[in-house]
Amino acid sequence: MLLTQLPAAELASLIHTRETSAVEVTRAHLDRIAAVEPAVHAFLHLDAEGALATAAAVDDCLQRGDSPASPLAGVPLALKDVFITADMPTTCGSRILEGWRPPYDATVTRLLREAGVVILGKTNMDEFAMGSSTENSAYGPTRNPWALDRVPGGSGGGSAAAVAAFEAPLAIGTDTGGSIRQPGALTGTVGVKPTYGGVSRYGLVAFSSSLDQGGPVTRTVLDAALLHEVIGGHDPLDSTSIDAPVPPVVAAVRAGATGDLTGVRVGVVSQFRGEGYQAGVQHAFDLAVSRLRELGAQVVEVSCPTFDYALPAYYLIAPSECSSNLARFDGMRYGLRIGDDGSRSAEEVMSLTREAGFGPEVKRRIMLGTYALSAGYYDAYYGQAQKVRTLVIRDFAAAFEQADVLVSPTSPTTAFPIGERVDDPLAMYVSDLCTIPANLAGNAALSVPAGLSDVDGLPVGLQVMAPAQADDRAYRVAAAYEVARDAAEGGPLTHRVPDLTEDRVPGPSMDRVAAR
Amino acid sequence: MTAALMDYDEVLDRFEPVLGLEVHVELSTATKMFCGCANVFGAPPNTHVCPTCLGLPGSLPVLNRVAVESVMRIGLALNCSIAPWCRFARKNYFYPDMPKNFQISQYDEPIAMDGSLEVQLADGSTFTVGIERAHMEEDTGKSLHVGGATGRIHGASHSLLDYNRAGVPLIEIVTKPIVGAGTRAPEIARAYVTALRDLLRALEVSDVRMDQGSLRCDANVSLMPRGSSIFGTRTETKNVNSLRSVERAVHHEMRRQAAVLAAGGSIVQETRHFDEANGTTSPGRRKETSEDYRYFPEPDLVPIAPADEWVQSLRATLPELPWQRQARIQAQWGLSDLELRDLVNAGALDLIAATVDAGASAAEARSWWVSYLSQQANSRGVELAELPITPKQVARVVALVGEGLLTNNLARQVVDGILADEGGPDDVIAARGLAVVSDDAALTAAVEQALAAQPDIAEKIRGGKVAAAGAIVGAVMKATGGQANAQRVRELVFALVSA
Amino acid sequence: MPTISRDEVAHLARLARLAVTEQELDLFAGQLEVILSSVARVSEVAAADIPPTSHAVGLTNVFREDVPRPGLTQQQALSGAFAAEQGRFRVPRILDES
Repeated sequence: MLLTQLPAAELASLIHTRETSAVEVTRAHLDRIAAVEPAVHAFLHLDAEGALATAAAVDDCLQRGDSPASPLAGVPLALKDVFITADMPTTCGSRILEGWRPPYDATVTRLLREAGVVILGKTNMDEFAMGSSTENSAYGPTRNPWALDRVPGGSGGGSAAAVAAFEAPLAIGTDTGGSIRQPGALTGTVGVKPTYGGVSRYGLVAFSSSLDQGGPVTRTVLDAALLHEVIGGHDPLDSTSIDAPVPPVVAAVRAGATGDLTGVRVGVVSQFRGEGYQAGVQHAFDLAVSRLRELGAQVVEVSCPTFDYALPAYYLIAPSECSSNLARFDGMRYGLRIGDDGSRSAEEVMSLTREAGFGPEVKRRIMLGTYALSAGYYDAYYGQAQKVRTLVIRDFAAAFEQADVLVSPTSPTTAFPIGERVDDPLAMYVSDLCTIPANLAGNAALSVPAGLSDVDGLPVGLQVMAPAQADDRAYRVAAAYEVARDAAEGGPLTHRVPDLTEDRVPGPSMDRVAAR
Repeated sequence: MTAALMDYDEVLDRFEPVLGLEVHVELSTATKMFCGCANVFGAPPNTHVCPTCLGLPGSLPVLNRVAVESVMRIGLALNCSIAPWCRFARKNYFYPDMPKNFQISQYDEPIAMDGSLEVQLADGSTFTVGIERAHMEEDTGKSLHVGGATGRIHGASHSLLDYNRAGVPLIEIVTKPIVGAGTRAPEIARAYVTALRDLLRALEVSDVRMDQGSLRCDANVSLMPRGSSIFGTRTETKNVNSLRSVERAVHHEMRRQAAVLAAGGSIVQETRHFDEANGTTSPGRRKETSEDYRYFPEPDLVPIAPADEWVQSLRATLPELPWQRQARIQAQWGLSDLELRDLVNAGALDLIAATVDAGASAAEARSWWVSYLSQQANSRGVELAELPITPKQVARVVALVGEGLLTNNLARQVVDGILADEGGPDDVIAARGLAVVSDDAALTAAVEQALAAQPDIAEKIRGGKVAAAGAIVGAVMKATGGQANAQRVRELVFALVSA
Repeated sequence: MPTISRDEVAHLARLARLAVTEQELDLFAGQLEVILSSVARVSEVAAADIPPTSHAVGLTNVFREDVPRPGLTQQQALSGAFAAEQGRFRVPRILDES
């Protein structure tokens, strides 16, 4: 089996037992990247030299007989370009930060380095993480490895596609309204949004501060848990960071992998079905629920009526915060500057710079947020949205009285064609219908591949939501589900990703549907 | 163009002034409000900055505990109630000296509110100023305007930005509308800022240097016609950089507004700048669009919810406050009310007390500050506290006189040297060669010379007329340029006469 | 249903420092109106007595001790600057708005 096809846990084990080297593993992934990037375009920046140097340092350390810095030491990773890196450009998919090299590292970046994780490069994303398709990147879209004419989801389409295309076994994403989970669903990968405050936001370029959360993107649930334990934990540089140990997610995965969910109460959220949900998605989800029942879970129906208002509340809160967070991009201290001809004022240069440096979706949200925060509109929009947020939290609390975890489809549809929704903001926004409530409430949620849609043969995600700081519950259920699905379907879903190195006409293939 | 002004007495006949004072105080914490950068004044540009105070993407604020404790102590000293729960908000507007293009401030949830400060006026009466609120915010960077005349913003070709000051903790203290001040409005404004400055100094939370900008005052002034109870439109005067300017700015704004109103005009709600040179105010640039700061709760900081025990423990740390101190000093020094008021009005009380703390007797310390040093301050046109001499230095001079190493005449010369920036007392003595002559050989020679020159007086002394010795001592002092130790000279006179 | 005029979009763009084009004014006016009429649904939820939530996780009193920490050098601070002079960021002339 190719090194690039192995999960991170197995690669780490081979590296740590010296059966292979970190350098060899890194080279294999760099070769794979060279082969498939022209088709996928998951990366905005590659750092082959830096990656090989890190890998060599891990090998040296093991050679000396030292124990590895972490269970993932020597394993390559793709980092979403929204995390600050002192040794690589950080652009957030925006023209306004083109070529910007920050003078510091994000806490997540630092933790990855300290863990000996090999950072291959920075992945593509919707500009400033605003979008659900990665089409809003200033540097061109990322393509879905399952069907190159389709989107990989967003905003973290680059991280999800890199993992699905075997360019990296691990990636980091950020999730403000579903930007880790929805791409996970659309690319058949695992994506975890930890409890808000579980992973430091220091050095994560803010989109919506009260919702943003970094988390793992992987092909297996165990890999996600291993990565979660590397990047999680209290950070004194982030006031909203939870000062408590990381929930025992790796142990939870090992417990879940026994395939026994006896006694676990699984709540199916009744609001997340019906109109707008593709039949193929609904079928895959129903099948997943029946599998959970077979594993011993007690499935109950729960109702969270205010979840219907989560999407509009989100589209007021997130743009409001973003309108403020993105004000700093004005061309005065770093990044792009346009129109400084010696005659114009700072104010004019700021306006020209922001006009040229931001794409349409970012401008749209900045103006929407500016409107929602304006005197006279605040109470009706932002204020009311914050109250809906309270109600969503109460609905979650009530639901978690009846169930240990809640499940839903991760996204109402499978991957949609590139270009289909780009001019229709509302159509794009419904991609995050099911993922947004967990961001508003701050609780833990993940997407694990449910299976393939029997309509279009594309991946469908199963979302598992758990209470805040009970991330381990979601991991346990996801791990059990993963074992059952792999057993029923003859191996991991990602093994069915097409061979991207062949010259082939992009597009969904009916073979995949037949293969089910 | 000079604005028309109404005669001050006429202003008061026709209008009642309403004041509102907003004082910004930079805290003297070791670090900034939201990051670990050193909070220092005057460092090379952009050397005390980090991702957070530069507003770099991805950076986050973390609140300085001492800054929070400082504002709570200020609030307690101002008799405010401390909010059991409050938050920061973002005030959104674009300006190049503000790295994030929003200021982290407190909006509708200040940490301290509803207090008062009693201020003393020159005639010994007091006036109670209501305190609306005290809240925390961050300072901005500093801009240097290049290419225009004399570094002014108007006409500059470009600007240069230094963010060392960005993120320095600022406390804004806002009064309730001050009504009923009448003719004393300018004096009350000044007395309030003075009292607040003294209070902040006693709390040791700030340098309170108006000249360096660590204490800044904006004065809101409006007039309402006599008999009305509806506030008029107010103006906000900025750039008021000294205590005297506070008084002058209010005075001028009252006369200007009254003239506008009397001429049938209306007051424009605007920001005005105070001009130190001529004591007038002028309008700032009008904004094209009305400002909409789009305040919302700062999501990167969590709420502050001070437990009662914490508030009480801070209350216990409050030092003796200025008015408590005055009462104690009055009792200790046995001052009459009038004497006390004179000392307070002259701004001498704290200086004398500090001089006493440094070892001088109360009488000596008082004598220096209220006579010689007050004359010096008057002739220079500055406040007593602004003289370039410290209470410690005065105490040192007093000690040297006590030890006989300086005469009173020499002591004044030493003080003159200090005021002329020649260094401390010992530096001036060394540089000017002012040491009292105590060398017996030199003094003996001088005394012998004086006795020889006035044999009749020598005879009188020998005859028991002790008082006659004064003439000889005086002659010696004159001959030595006042540098002789008079006590020793006297001893030598008697020794030599009876020898 | 909220309506957003071209003038309002222009005002928002000014507040947000976006030098939008004439075409964008029309485009955004239409799009913002559609989005706002969709999100205005939040007001359907009766919530007069519901406290707003600004922070998902209920932390309070998170402080930093008042101890200096090394920051950036002047060179690092200015490393991303479009232009720098005398150790400072050089920016176009500033209009006096204070």
